[in-house]
Amino acid sequence: MLSTLLNNSEEAVAIILFGIGFTMLLFHRNLIRKLIGMNIMDTGTFLFLASMGYITGRKAPIVTNGVMELDAYINPVPAGLVLTGIVVSVSVTAVMLALTVRLYKRYHTLNLDEIYKLSKHQMEDR
Amino acid sequence: MMLSGKAAKRYTILYECLLIFLSACVLWFTCTTGKSFTYIMGEFPAPWGNEIRAGTLEALIALSFMIVMLCSVLGGWRFLQIDIDESKWNLYFTLINLMTAALMAMTWTNDIFTGYVFLEILTLTSCGILIVREIGRTTLAAVRYMILNLLGSGLFLLGVVLLYDITGHLLMMNMQEAIAEIAAQKENLPILTLSVGVLTTGLAIKSGLFPFHFWMPDTYGYATPTSAAVLSSLVSKSYIFLLIKIYYRVIGMGVLAEMPIGRILCALGMCGIIFGSVSALHADNINRMAAFSSAAQIGYVYMGIGIGGTAGYTAAIFHILAHAVTKSLLFLSTPRLAAVSGNSLLFKNLQGSALRDRTAGMFFVIGAFSMIGIPVFSGFSSKLLFAGAAAGTGNDRMLILVMLVLAVSSLLNAMYLIRTVIRIYTMPVRTGIAENGRVHHHSGYLISSGVLVSANLFLGLFSWMAVNLIQSGLSMFG
Repeated sequence: MLSTLLNNSEEAVAIILFGIGFTMLLFHRNLIRKLIGMNIMDTGTFLFLASMGYITGRKAPIVTNGVMELDAYINPVPAGLVLTGIVVSVSVTAVMLALTVRLYKRYHTLNLDEIYKLSKHQMEDR
Repeated sequence: MMLSGKAAKRYTILYECLLIFLSACVLWFTCTTGKSFTYIMGEFPAPWGNEIRAGTLEALIALSFMIVMLCSVLGGWRFLQIDIDESKWNLYFTLINLMTAALMAMTWTNDIFTGYVFLEILTLTSCGILIVREIGRTTLAAVRYMILNLLGSGLFLLGVVLLYDITGHLLMMNMQEAIAEIAAQKENLPILTLSVGVLTTGLAIKSGLFPFHFWMPDTYGYATPTSAAVLSSLVSKSYIFLLIKIYYRVIGMGVLAEMPIGRILCALGMCGIIFGSVSALHADNINRMAAFSSAAQIGYVYMGIGIGGTAGYTAAIFHILAHAVTKSLLFLSTPRLAAVSGNSLLFKNLQGSALRDRTAGMFFVIGAFSMIGIPVFSGFSSKLLFAGAAAGTGNDRMLILVMLVLAVSSLLNAMYLIRTVIRIYTMPVRTGIAENGRVHHHSGYLISSGVLVSANLFLGLFSWMAVNLIQSGLSMFG
């Protein structure tokens, strides 16, 4: 069990990071910390993908010195997925930060519990 | 140069009519040929490239989603003009178009990672159409909605990555072959179960299955009517459709039957039905009531998935369609009732509102009857299908449970909806609010409600046609 974990240490770390990020996003009351948690969660997934896609000793699949064997190169798809994932993560973070700014301007706090309390006082009928 | 808001609306409607026509063409084509077809994007064939796959079921879902989308845009236009600043109308329609694209991509795609990307686009656009109306707690509701959705997307991405890790493919058909091999060898089975569990949890959170349904009232209650209709009847349903697609096309029914996921979904679905209906009973605001009832309807769909088998999935998909046409009708009618009651959605102010705006009252009653499950309307057919599916499993305990849940929920639905109908048709004792609003005749609302009611009646009276389509779609789905 332990040796399997040690052999796959990168994957294990990635899953731990995912867990940390997930609990932060779920349980932290501070919006900025929630967002940091979300980024850690996504990074965990990207680390998992990147480490799974890399095979020691092989190169990126760009033919420069005439080597045509398949064994010399790694599969480029996981790296492509990571890049796509990063783009998605960046845009989601941007939108969430914009929302956070809007909430802060209105309620002058980043704590979600306090925002709920404040919003109850000024609830409108509609 | 930016389009003006009205021009953007016209283009959106044109674009959606075109999509309805094209989806109908695909439906006709797949029905007459009886086969699905695959379109290879770019020039790379199966294990490498990206694919679109069209079958009867995808076409049916796309067609009905687009009809509901068009009706929501048309029917909510007048309120959109009031709720949103004129300078932002064109942006709103940009979001609606982006959302349409995401919905379509999620419906047609045959590649699981494309599914993920468009799922995120759908999340962002649904947040956009929510916060565009700046009143009350929309921003807070949007933040809450986004946080849960991000948790769901994170889990979904992890599930996709784990599946990619053990199968080595992203195209659904290739994944299915690899998974069948894994299931036969029983070597990576725990990881397979884990990844399916993570993926299902992610999509369940995003669609609002029972313990994760608490964002619904705020989200649907404060959004502009078009957004509320689209979010409740299309967005959450498209996540469920993606889940069904993954179950059928990636995991395979045989492998899925060995996992306990179906039973868990069924139990959570039943809890959702009861809790959603009880919460709706306590709501003091008509939109919050409709939102809680949406939580219950999501429960129905998951119950169908949990019952399993072709009959269970047919019932689930039929209910997706039935609820889409019913709930959008309700969400388009409630603001009109509110408009003649001093712009208040509170029950106490809505007293007699249907007498002041008779058209909206009539459409609300039709929607309410369909939700309760009165014969002739679509809600009745879907309840019948759920009962039939449960009876077909041959499991007595399941049959008794499903029947009990259906009976209790119909009773609860009848309690809160009939109460509302009586309230909006009773003259208020004290006057004052009654004269606050004037009825505006708006042809868009009439047309879209008419279309939605006829779709509802079609699903109710000719349910066998829809069921045949869904079943033939499911047979070419896997």
